Amino acid sequence: MKTATFRIWRGNSEGGLLRDYTTEVSEGMVVLDAVHQIQSKQAPDLACRWNCKAGKCGSCSAEINGAPRLMCMTRLNDLPLDKPVTIEPMKAFPLIRDLVTNVSWNYEVKKRIKKFKPRRPDVSDGTWRMLQPDIDRVQEFRKCIECFLCQDVCHVLRDHRKHDEFIGPRFFVHAAGLEMHPLDTEERSQELRTSFGIGYCNITKCCTNVCPEEIKITDNAIIPLKERVVDDAYDPIRKLIRRFTNGD
Amino acid sequence: MADYQTFEHDVLVIGSGGAGLRAAIEASATGVSVGLVCKCLLGKAHTVMAEGGIAAALANVDDRDNWKVHFADTMRGGQYVNNWRMAELHAREAPARVRELEAWGAVFDRTPDGRILQRNFGGHKYPRLAHVGDRTGLEMLRTLQDHGVHQGIDVHMECTILTLLKEGDRVVGAFGYEREKGTFRVYRAKAVVLATGGIGRAFKITSNSWDCTGDGHSLAYHAGAELIDMEFVQFHPTGMVWPPSVCGILVTEGVRGEGGVLRNSEGKRFMFGDIPENYRSQTADNEEEGWRYTQGDRDARRPPELLTRDHVARCIVREIKEGRGSPHGGVFLDISWIRKKLSNASEHIKRKLPSMYHQFKQLANIDITAEAMEVGPTTHYIMGGIRVDADTQMSRLPGLFAAGECAAGINGANRLGGNSLSDLLVFGKRAGEYAAQFSRENKTGVVNPGQIEETVSEALESFNRGSKGSAADGNPYEIQYELQRFMQDLVGIVRKETEMTEAIDRITELWIRSKSVAAHGNRQYNPAWHTALDLRSLLTVSEAITVSALNRKESRGGHYRDDYPQKDPALGKLNVVVWKGRDGTIQVRHEPLPEMPDELKGIIEEMK
Repeated sequence: MKTATFRIWRGNSEGGLLRDYTTEVSEGMVVLDAVHQIQSKQAPDLACRWNCKAGKCGSCSAEINGAPRLMCMTRLNDLPLDKPVTIEPMKAFPLIRDLVTNVSWNYEVKKRIKKFKPRRPDVSDGTWRMLQPDIDRVQEFRKCIECFLCQDVCHVLRDHRKHDEFIGPRFFVHAAGLEMHPLDTEERSQELRTSFGIGYCNITKCCTNVCPEEIKITDNAIIPLKERVVDDAYDPIRKLIRRFTNGD
Repeated sequence: MADYQTFEHDVLVIGSGGAGLRAAIEASATGVSVGLVCKCLLGKAHTVMAEGGIAAALANVDDRDNWKVHFADTMRGGQYVNNWRMAELHAREAPARVRELEAWGAVFDRTPDGRILQRNFGGHKYPRLAHVGDRTGLEMLRTLQDHGVHQGIDVHMECTILTLLKEGDRVVGAFGYEREKGTFRVYRAKAVVLATGGIGRAFKITSNSWDCTGDGHSLAYHAGAELIDMEFVQFHPTGMVWPPSVCGILVTEGVRGEGGVLRNSEGKRFMFGDIPENYRSQTADNEEEGWRYTQGDRDARRPPELLTRDHVARCIVREIKEGRGSPHGGVFLDISWIRKKLSNASEHIKRKLPSMYHQFKQLANIDITAEAMEVGPTTHYIMGGIRVDADTQMSRLPGLFAAGECAAGINGANRLGGNSLSDLLVFGKRAGEYAAQFSRENKTGVVNPGQIEETVSEALESFNRGSKGSAADGNPYEIQYELQRFMQDLVGIVRKETEMTEAIDRITELWIRSKSVAAHGNRQYNPAWHTALDLRSLLTVSEAITVSALNRKESRGGHYRDDYPQKDPALGKLNVVVWKGRDGTIQVRHEPLPEMPDELKGIIEEMK
């Protein structure tokens, strides 16, 4: 049977190294299958976080040959197997062990974003009316599986470690999903400009490129939010008009 | 003395899927303090995998729908062994629970006049499933998560519960470990809600996530609660069959709801050949009528592909067994054929079924807008679970509540698609509400240190063996795989006495071997250790399923016996109950169904 070698990061926050494991590969296998095979036969304590193995939960994020990807959706036949496949943990977050990182910062960030606040119901039975074309954009944002690969690749977090001043692409998408929700009446543009640090993003689109859900993070979420933030800060009349018409 | 950290909450919710989050939100909204224990990270629970929709008689698409029709559909689908009260509450309360999600920010697909759109699904008489493309579960879970995190719920991520702590009969907390460092935790609580989901990982081919190991079923069983209906496991008719590594991943029923058809290797739509008597009047007898139904024609009857899951799964197995299967051991599910009917078919499919399109494109190199998929049955859901009071969701142990898949009653012998998400909401809310009430009426209980010491020493046994490098150095992954393989083969879709007896023997053997597994290294995020600890849950539920299945000598819903292929009317009047006896062995009894009020009997008759 065909084999391939996987060069996997082993270690914790105190240090570690890349170690080679050779295992059999079969048709249709994904990287996560190889990791499981190595776990069950060669390295039982190899730490890796996973859940659905179907690209829907966003747990098994890692860097495969240097690229941030979901292990469960990366097929081996899309990778060159004549040399070792490198698998490393995400670098924008503190390492727990092996391929598992501490992503708790993301959960803290989300708590800081004001929650959905709907307008009064449109109908006396407590329901609203929204048309499909008005929610298409928001539904795109709500496809996010919170794999945090966009956070991992973003140089503001990865290289400049601005975790205290910048919420990252995932949460601009989250904020955009709230801000562009036809029913939402909350106001978030001031903190987007200040404590959420949207100005740090210089639209290199790295996040868009790694999104497994193919959300156009930069074009559809971040740039419109930047425009909105600028309008609200420097053009209060437009802000008023927008609030009045209750949409984008 | 064992080393552990202690946390205290009024209500402790174990499980962070739809039911757990909904329970936590409800309890917290009443003002009590709530802890939420997640086996995984928050927002990753198996609920995200639900695709098709949430069943609720909103009557937005067909105004003939109402709770009575939904109730009758649920009972018919469950072959009338459902708990009637749960089915009633579920049908009555589901619409309000769905509307509530919208008020919390969920963005469902819309009807042309701007209301929540509903789609057709198997066993539902009218289009009833509120949905978001084919990622409804994600929408629901994210909405609950984002709403919940602003309510001051204490979330304990990546923690696994090993035992429920008891004072006499009452449950007063839980004990477990957190994964990151591998340290132990005591959670003291006045009331505990189990919402741990399913058991799919006891089988080899499953649509279930890594964490669906039946923990709640097992915790409740060992604490002294009863499990009912455990023989009823749902094998979803359409899972991926190829490539091998993705075998079992779900292909939503929504594909058939949108007009997808099942064909065998001869190109025949075999479902037309086998329509059960009690569904005949509701089912189309020609392809044209079936197509019209999927396109919203109110006068058309549903195509046979949308019969209940148990039946469709068995028909698929028959086609495969009789040599009319697809090249990789499934049958063909084709949605691409609708291009003969719709000019924009390719775009239509991508819009209605985006994750299916991506799943097949990415994992199997198949373009579902142009070619047929290969599908076969996959272990999907357990109808059985912890026996609870229909109104309050409390088990027979005071202070222990359960909701969602780990609780039983609403689904009877077979669950209708879409009823699980509404079940999570309706009974998650109820469990949270009544657990909060219980916590206000009762003081914090006393934890027994002996119970903790015992659990700790059991939990660390695998390490002791690992460090000694003893000869009995069992590999926990191997034991898990072996269990999954024989449960699939011996207690799967088609069951018989001899095979299930063999399964019992092999479970007994694995119980012994599970006591000799070894873990190496340290406790920090150690998956071999976690796998070793999960074995107890997996073996417990496997045993409960097998014993219950041996005991029901008939075929009904998700439970099919080759040696008793017919329904037995006498057995249709009872539930199979299992519990842990004083000597530690599994006990079983039959119990008559609760008597249904005449008013509800009338509804069922009227809808027949």
